[in-house]
Amino acid sequence: MAEHLLEPDSSRRGFVNWFLGLSGVAFFLSTVYPLTRYLVPPQVAESTAGTVTLSIKPEDVKANSGQIFKFGSRPAILVRTPAGELRAFSAICTHLNCTVQYRSDLSHIWCACHNGHYDLNGKNVEGPPPRPLDAYVVNARGNQIVVSKSA
Amino acid sequence: MEGGAQRFEKLRAWLDARIGLEDLVKIARKKEVPVHRHTVWYYLGGMTLFLFMVQVSTGILLLLYYRPSAEEAFESIQFLMAEVQFGWLIRSVHAWAANLMIFTLFVHLFSEVTWFSGVALMGLAMGFGFTGYLLPWNELAYFATKVGTEITGAVPVMGPFLGRLLRGGDDVTGATLTRFYGIHVAILPAAATALIGLHLYLVQRHGMSVPLDVERSGGAGRRMPFVPNFMLRDLVGWLAALAMLAALAAFFPAELGKKADPFLSAPAGIKPEWYFMFMFQSLKYLPGHILGIEGEIVGILGFGLGGLFLLLVPFLDRRTARGEPSRLFTWIGIAIIAYMLLFTYLGYTASATK
Repeated sequence: MAEHLLEPDSSRRGFVNWFLGLSGVAFFLSTVYPLTRYLVPPQVAESTAGTVTLSIKPEDVKANSGQIFKFGSRPAILVRTPAGELRAFSAICTHLNCTVQYRSDLSHIWCACHNGHYDLNGKNVEGPPPRPLDAYVVNARGNQIVVSKSA
Repeated sequence: MEGGAQRFEKLRAWLDARIGLEDLVKIARKKEVPVHRHTVWYYLGGMTLFLFMVQVSTGILLLLYYRPSAEEAFESIQFLMAEVQFGWLIRSVHAWAANLMIFTLFVHLFSEVTWFSGVALMGLAMGFGFTGYLLPWNELAYFATKVGTEITGAVPVMGPFLGRLLRGGDDVTGATLTRFYGIHVAILPAAATALIGLHLYLVQRHGMSVPLDVERSGGAGRRMPFVPNFMLRDLVGWLAALAMLAALAAFFPAELGKKADPFLSAPAGIKPEWYFMFMFQSLKYLPGHILGIEGEIVGILGFGLGGLFLLLVPFLDRRTARGEPSRLFTWIGIAIIAYMLLFTYLGYTASATK
């Protein structure tokens, strides 16, 4: 008789516990989910510009020199080789994201952060960088220089 | 002045009835500190706590002038340094106390028993250093943050997600500054306060750690009462730290440098704070690829495993856990410290412009 009375009681308790536990999990998830989504920054549309026009006269860029310019939202580097050729690369070091510079004394591209070296083709030649710099196509048009991503 | 004494007694009784003053006094009276030849190391904990309080108070003062945006951050600190009376002092004390705190914390870490809360606090302190460094929005800080967040991004699997989460976007921008500001002035202080509370509670519960060699030669012979003997000695340590802070801040005020510009090259001679120097220098020596894996990933995994090893020492070092000296772990510890010292030294002396 007593057993008969206990049976439904304990199963009811089990159900209530299970139900409470489930509500607890639901409450936890419904709090944590929006919180995590809030912390993740929204995607900002990347600048899709494939071409930039620099108002720099090609003859003003001296041989064996380099300068940083904006390619969309990212820095890029314009180089005139000692032989007189104009070249452009992404200026973001492939090692840890620093901005590279042109070293006239070495006649090649260098990153100051961890001493990475790139040759005039953007190829990583010394130090920690694991990949070459992305190369762009450079065209001199009258008083302007047009740099575009290679198709 | 009998009235005064009576009034004081009334106040004491009033407080005792409400907050149990008598119990607190009893606990303070009971607390003792072991006396042996390494007792001097105990003062570093108190000194670190003091420096943390200095950081909280100077940090609050800096908040009154600082503006957390890419457009205004640098200018607001320029204004603070040049126009605000004693602005230079508050900022310099904040910068120096941060450095001293990392130092005292580091030394303290190796001489105490509540390992996990200690290592976690060390991690928090480095987080404070990393996020606070960006807030002036100057050139050095900008590139240090680019590299630091990129390192997080290079962690396998979770990396890209964590990198974006930390930067508040794909690049280091004003969004990163806002995020680091929130982390630096709200999230980390809350976490640090909770952990310091836990750490102090654990020290009360387990007692102060006594070095093995002292324990083996019969333990600490004498003990000194915490109140007032140890407390007053601690106070001397605090005063010494304050004096050192004042001298450093006055003679070597914190610099500001040039405003960050995402479209300038990283300047030659760029380097991080001294406590990140050994990692920075190691990353320089790693080649592009090691066994087909990118060098920096090998380095980051190495440091990650090193940190994990440090955290797990109490589980790995069974001999010390049994109360026996462990030659292996002593040597590993010495090797790690020697590595850090050597690479820090190289970081400051090796030519960075070869």
